[in-house]
Parts: sequence; structure tokens; C-alpha cells
Amino acid sequence: MLGLEALLIIFVLACFVGVEVISKVPATLHTPLMSGSNAISGISIVGALIAAGTMDNAAARWIGVAALVLATINVVGGFLVTDRMLQMFRKK
Amino acid sequence: MPNLTNIAYLVSASLFIIGLRRLNSPATARRGNQIAAAGMLVAIVTTLLANRILSPLEVIGGATVGAAIGLYLARTVKMTAMPEMVAAFNGFGGAASALVAGAEVNNLLAENIPMQPTETVTILISILIGTVTFTGSIVALGKLSGRINGNPVSFPGMRALTLLAVAGALGAGGAMALAPTSLPSVAGMGGPLAAALGIALLAALLGVLLVIPIGGADMPVVVALLNSYSGIAAAATGFVLSNTALIVSGALVGASGLILTTIMCDAMNRSLLNVLLGGFGGDSGDAAGPAASQEGRTVRQTHADDVAILTSYADRVVVVPGYGMAVAQAQHVVRELFDLLSKRDVDVKFAIHPVAGRMPGHMNVLLAEANVPYDKLVDMDDINAELENTDVVLVIGANDVVNPAAHNDPSSPIYGMPILNVENARNIIVFKRSMRPGYAGVQNELFFNPKTQMLFGDAKETVEGLIGEIKGL
Repeated sequence: MLGLEALLIIFVLACFVGVEVISKVPATLHTPLMSGSNAISGISIVGALIAAGTMDNAAARWIGVAALVLATINVVGGFLVTDRMLQMFRKK
Repeated sequence: MPNLTNIAYLVSASLFIIGLRRLNSPATARRGNQIAAAGMLVAIVTTLLANRILSPLEVIGGATVGAAIGLYLARTVKMTAMPEMVAAFNGFGGAASALVAGAEVNNLLAENIPMQPTETVTILISILIGTVTFTGSIVALGKLSGRINGNPVSFPGMRALTLLAVAGALGAGGAMALAPTSLPSVAGMGGPLAAALGIALLAALLGVLLVIPIGGADMPVVVALLNSYSGIAAAATGFVLSNTALIVSGALVGASGLILTTIMCDAMNRSLLNVLLGGFGGDSGDAAGPAASQEGRTVRQTHADDVAILTSYADRVVVVPGYGMAVAQAQHVVRELFDLLSKRDVDVKFAIHPVAGRMPGHMNVLLAEANVPYDKLVDMDDINAELENTDVVLVIGANDVVNPAAHNDPSSPIYGMPILNVENARNIIVFKRSMRPGYAGVQNELFFNPKTQMLFGDAKETVEGLIGEIKGL
């Protein structure tokens, strides 16, 4: 397991990468960017799986299941609706 | 084994970054989204394998229900309702992060594992931001869909109540971090759990209090900011679980939301603080102060047959779409108009203001849905340079983004906001339902400009009428 310092380093560097990458997204794609990055923030599905699938305490597990439902909506719905939007962007 | 897990999460984070990078052009964007989705699949499979989650019923059931709802929403949502959809998904993401942190508190207590102060802090941040994101998004969703009054709502003592909620959450958090064992248990719950629940309730209240005073016109900023929060909440949960996939993706989304927030604020020439303090930009917009100045002045009204002749014999036409076009669902007839004029060798372009619509890029998506080629959609700075050589500007459902008061009237609430300088064009046709002012509640000098003619009516019907007249020429 990584220590707090290592996690902080990763976090800060990832913030810089995020700013660099996303500054280059053109205004035309800002709505798909929002819904796509929103789908990525559904990464909390990983935490939900760990909670729902590994925690021994029953209450913790059921909270995890609730989180899993919401995170899955976010991930599945987010990526699909982004795809639906992006396929509409056509050059003539 | 744990090393391999971290490598797999690194792969997944890399796929997210590569995917987001491909969003820098509409030509590669779809593949980019698919790459990001593949990254998510890697993260999910890694988690299942690394934790030996093989087939508990709860996991399969939860994932199936979530996937079915997500699939249904993604398939059925109308493109005009995308801001609401994104707001809802932000909320779900935030709630999921907060719940995961809550599950962790529960688990640690049940297992009698003492919580370290740093761990407690990360759990608190996760619960706090996640819950604020959830309730804030619900309010934003209500305002966007018109179920909650879009006007800024405030009541006496609201600021004080907000501060009190912040203080309460921080107090409960401080007690939980510094002296978790001394907390009294409440209603059979262990002290830390009761504190976590209390913080969640205060955060829920806070989310409502933070968004309710903000007017409907400022919702694009709020949705972008909540997007950022949902990322930060995920990253905080990553710290709770020491999970690099969550931290990296959360940071990416946090940065993305923050950049969009900044772009939106710059486009309105307002600071983020000014937007968040609220009280600006209601839904219904009564003609406020400047109304008096319009007395005695008349606007020029025109009709579809005149506009048909004007546009079809023009060389260059620029369409300025706004939220009114979305409300009237007029994007498809506007595309038809575009096709018809293009066939007559008129050069037609669309001028897109950064805050047109109810979320960043809203107009672009609507026009893409109607099959307008994306290279015809031009950003504000580029189109402003071309407007002098434009014969006719068609303002369809836009108002504040073409209001010259932003340049001329220091007393106007939108003074200083960059706008589309349509008054530089030779003719301006404004498609408008009535003389009602725009979202910001400000009267528009443009309508009284001698070059301006008003075409009154529902945007969809008037454009349809115009199409009929052009066909008859």
C-alpha cells in the first residue's frame, strides 16, 4: 500500500496533467467533455465494489451496494450518452 | 499481487488520459471516449480480481440495476435536456463517493480498527464534498428543468445559516479527527458514525444553501463547478482507500470541471465568487430598471417574406443561436434553413457564444444533433472578426450574448461581458417571442438599433415560415 505522501504526489501531478490535457479541448466539445469526464468520475465504482464485495460488516456492505448502483448509473449512462453525442459531430 | 494491481490501475489511469486527449478534436473524440470507457473496464476488472470479488449477489444485483438505469437514461434523454442529465450524473457520482466513505467508517468501527487522524480527514472530505455535490446537483437539476424556481432564492439569515452549517460540519469533523474515542454514541450508533452522519446531513443542507441563491442564468457555471466537485470527491475517496485509480481520475475530472468553470466565468466577465454569492439572473426576468429608457422608442417589425429575400440574396449569413432555440426545439428547422441557403450559395455560419445555452457547449451539441457540420460552428473571437463583412445576422433565441449594453452601459449588470458584436453586420434579424428581456433580466438596446428588425413568434414556427417563403422564391 502506498503512503500518504506518495498518494499526494500522484494527486498533484494528475491535477497538472488534467489541466494540460483539458485546456486543449475545443469549445465545440465542452458538453461531451463534461459528460465524459463525469463518467470518469464514476471511478468511485471501484470503491463501491470494494465496499459491497469485501467488507464484512453488513451495514457497510449495503451502503456499498447503494454506492454501487449510483456509480454504475454514472459510469454506464455517462459513457453511453457521451458516445451518443459524439457520433453526431460530423464534418460534411 | 498488490504490485500488479497498482500497475493495472496505472494502465487504467493512462487510458483515461489518452481518452481525454483525443477529445481535442471532434474527429478523434468518439474513439477517445471509448478508450476512457476501456480504462474504466480495466479498473473494474482489476478491482474484482484483486479483491477476489467473484459472485456475491449484492454486487451483481447492484451493478445490474445501475447499468439498466444508466442505459435507459443514456438512450432516452433529449439533447436539449443534457444539462439536467449531467447535473443528475454529477449528483450520483458525488453521492457514490460519500457512501463509499460512509461504508468505510462503518467497517472500521465494526472491525474495531482505530482510525488515524489523516484517514479521518480524508473520510470527512469525501463525505462532505460528495454530499454537497449530491444535493447541490439535485437543486441545479430542479432549476434547469423548471421544477424549482429559477430565480435566485434567498431568505433572511441564509448566509448565517450557511456559515453555521459549515461551522457545524467542521466542528463535528474536528472532534472526529482529534478525539474519536471520546465521542458519545447516539441512538445506538458509535460516536464516529454518528458524527459522520451528522456531517453528511449538514453537507446535504449546505449543498442546497449554496445553489439555491444562484439564478438560472448562472447554472452553466454551477454545473461545471459541481462536475469539478464530483471529481474531487472521487479523489478524496481514493485517499480513503489508498487507491491510485480513484485519485488520478478524480484529479482529472476536478481539473476539467475547474477549467470549464473558469471559461464560463471569463465569458461572463464575472468572478467565481460573484456567481456563487448569487442573486443574479432570474428565470422570468421582469423588465427592471432600464425599462424606462425604452419608452417612446419603437422597434422595427418585419415578416418572413422580407427576411426570405434578404437572406437568400445575401453572400454571408451568420446565425446566432441561443437557449430560446433549444426551448422551441428549433434546431432541426434551423438546419433545414442552413441547407436551403447553402444550396443557394449563401455562406452560412453559426456564431457560438461560450455561455449560450445552459451548459458549456450546449448549442454545439444541439446543432450537431440536427446534422449541422461542426466546421460551420465558429467561436466568439473568430466570428467577431467576420461580422463586419456579414450581410445578415439571424439572432434565434439569443439575447444577453448580443446585448451591446455589455460594451456601452456601465450600469448594466452584464457590463464588461464579451459579446457577439452583431451590430457590426449590415442587417440584424431578431427572432423573438416577445419584447421580454433576456435571462439576465436586462433590456436589449440591439432591438432599437436602426439596422435591427424583429421577427416575432415562436422560433420554430417563424423559421418554418421563413423556409416556406424561401422555397417559394
